Amino acid sequence: MRRSGAPRTGPDAGAAAMAATFFGEVVRAPCRAGTEDEEEEEEEGKRETAEDREVRRQLARKREVRLFRRQTKTSLEVSLLEKYPCSKFIIAIGNNAVAFLSSFVMNSGVWEEVGCANLWNEWCRTTDTTHLSPAEAFCVFYHLKSSPSVVLCQCSCYVAEDQQYQWLEKVFGSCARKNMQVTILTCRHVTDYKTSESTSSLHSPFLKALKTQNFKEPPCCSLLEQPNIVHDLPAAGVLSYCQVWRIPAVLYLCYTDVMKLDLITVEAFKPILSSRSLKGLVKNIPQSTEILKKLMTTNEIQSNIYT
Amino acid sequence: MFVPCGESVPDLAGYTFLMPAVSVGNVGQLAMDLIISTLNMCKIGYFYTDCLVPMVGNNPYATAEENSTELSINAEIYALPSKKLVALQLRSIFIKYKSKPFCEKLLSWVKSSNCAKVIVLSSSHSYHRNDLQLRSTPFRYLLTPYVQKSIQTKITSLNWEEMEKSPCIPEINDSEFCIRIPGGGITKTLYDEGCSKEIAMVILLKFVSEGDNIPDALGLVEYLNEWLQILKPCCDDPTASALRWKMPSSWRLLFGSGLPPALF
Repeated sequence: MRRSGAPRTGPDAGAAAMAATFFGEVVRAPCRAGTEDEEEEEEEGKRETAEDREVRRQLARKREVRLFRRQTKTSLEVSLLEKYPCSKFIIAIGNNAVAFLSSFVMNSGVWEEVGCANLWNEWCRTTDTTHLSPAEAFCVFYHLKSSPSVVLCQCSCYVAEDQQYQWLEKVFGSCARKNMQVTILTCRHVTDYKTSESTSSLHSPFLKALKTQNFKEPPCCSLLEQPNIVHDLPAAGVLSYCQVWRIPAVLYLCYTDVMKLDLITVEAFKPILSSRSLKGLVKNIPQSTEILKKLMTTNEIQSNIYT
Repeated sequence: MFVPCGESVPDLAGYTFLMPAVSVGNVGQLAMDLIISTLNMCKIGYFYTDCLVPMVGNNPYATAEENSTELSINAEIYALPSKKLVALQLRSIFIKYKSKPFCEKLLSWVKSSNCAKVIVLSSSHSYHRNDLQLRSTPFRYLLTPYVQKSIQTKITSLNWEEMEKSPCIPEINDSEFCIRIPGGGITKTLYDEGCSKEIAMVILLKFVSEGDNIPDALGLVEYLNEWLQILKPCCDDPTASALRWKMPSSWRLLFGSGLPPALF
C-alpha cells in the first residue's frame, strides 16, 4: 500500500530532512512519516498547564459532531441508523456526487429529512444549520417516505480527521448493522490516480469502485487497482467501518479534472443507475438530466464574481 | 480494538508480536510489508481504532487477479502460526493527540493476548547522529527491562550496538541523559508504555534520511533476520539478500505516475 503523504520524486529523492534549495538556503523538508508533530506533541504535553488543557477541552467541545432534527430543533439521543433502521444507506460526498443524487434519485419519490449534522472545523464553519443556503456546505440525512428503510445522506461539508470517527458513531452507532447495504459516491482529482502512463493521457472523468468482502454484486465499473488508495473522509471511514463489521458496501469513486460542480463529472456517475441499490429509486432519467442542467445554471449565476 | 476476520478470536499466547512505528522514511512499515509479503502471512483481523487517519484500498500483497480484490484498511493484523509470528501493519498517520492513546490501547491488547514478546521496527533521523554514531553501524537496538535473559544473551552475542542515551536538552551542557529517538514517531512512547506495562519489547531501528527508503527497509529486515532467522541466513552479498525478500505489488509507482512523454 502506498504510504500516506506525498510521494518524493526526482532530484530530492535522496535528500535529508534538511534540504538546500536552488538559492542555497537550508530549509526543513517535511517528513513523510508525519513525525514532526509527534515530537512537538510530546513536548507540548509535558509543558501543558491547566489553562492549556481547558482551552483544548473547549476546542474539542466546539468541534464535536452533533446530529439533530431541524424540524423539532432536538438532538438525536441515539445514532441515526438506530433511530431509522435501514436496509439501504446511500451517501454522496462532495458537490458533484450530491448533485448526482439530487437530480437522479431525489427527484423521484418524496424524501423526508430525518437529521442534519452540525460540524465546525477550519473548512466548514456552519454554526446555524436551521437556515442553510444552497451554496453552503451541509450534511443532511433523508429517508424515502414510501419506503423508510432507504436512507440517503447528502454530505457537502468537510469532515476533519479528528471528527471522522465521531461522525461514524453518530450515524452508524457502536453496534454493527449487518442487514443493510451501503453505497458511497465521491470524487477525487485525476492527478491522485496512480498509473504507469502519465495522468495527462487519461480520459477523465472515469469511475472506479472499491467494495467490501461481503458485497457480492458485480460493481458497475472496474475496481480500483493497486497501488491506489482512498483516504479522504468520510468515504474511507465509512468503507473501513463496513469492511471491519462485514457490512456489504461499495464505493464509487469518480476521478475528474474538474473538482467544482461540473455536468460531465456528474454524468460520469450514470453507470451506477443500473445497480441494485439505485434501481427502483430512479424513475425518470430525461427529467433528471433537465434538473441537473438547471442546477448547473443556478450555480453558475451564484459564482459570477460581479454579483 | 481487535476485530477478527473469522468467527473466532485467534489464540496468540506465546507469539512474537511484530509491529512498525510510523517513522522517518516509513522504514518500519516498508520492512513490515517485506515480512508479510515474503512469508505470505494470512490476515487474521483488524485493529479498528479512531487514532489513525482512515484509508482503504485493494489487497496490497496481491499476487494474482483472484486475490487482488480483498479490501484492506489502515491497521491490519497478519499471522504465521508455523513460526508463532503475528504482525501489525499500519498504513496511515496518527490523528493529532491520538498517538499515546493508541500505544496504550494496543499494548493492553498485546499484553492480554499473552504474546511472548513485542518487536518494534523503526527508524530515526540520520542527521541527528553524533560523531561516534556517524562512524559506526546505522542499526541500533533497545530493550525494555522485561526482555527474557535468553534474548539479551543472544543479542549480546550478535555484537549489536545498543541505542545510546543523548542529552535530554541538547543545548545545555550538563543536561541529563535519556533515550531520544528523533523522527521515530511512536517508538519512544511504545518503549515507555512497554516499560510501564512490564512488556518484553525489543526495538530495532536504523538511522535514515527521507528518500528512496527501500534499501533501508531491506537492511532493517536483514538486521532482524540475524536474530530471528525468519529466512535462512545467506552470504553477505547485498544483492543476494535483496532478492530473498518479496516486494509487494503495492510498491509499484511509489514515486508517482508515469511521466508525460511531451516532457522530453
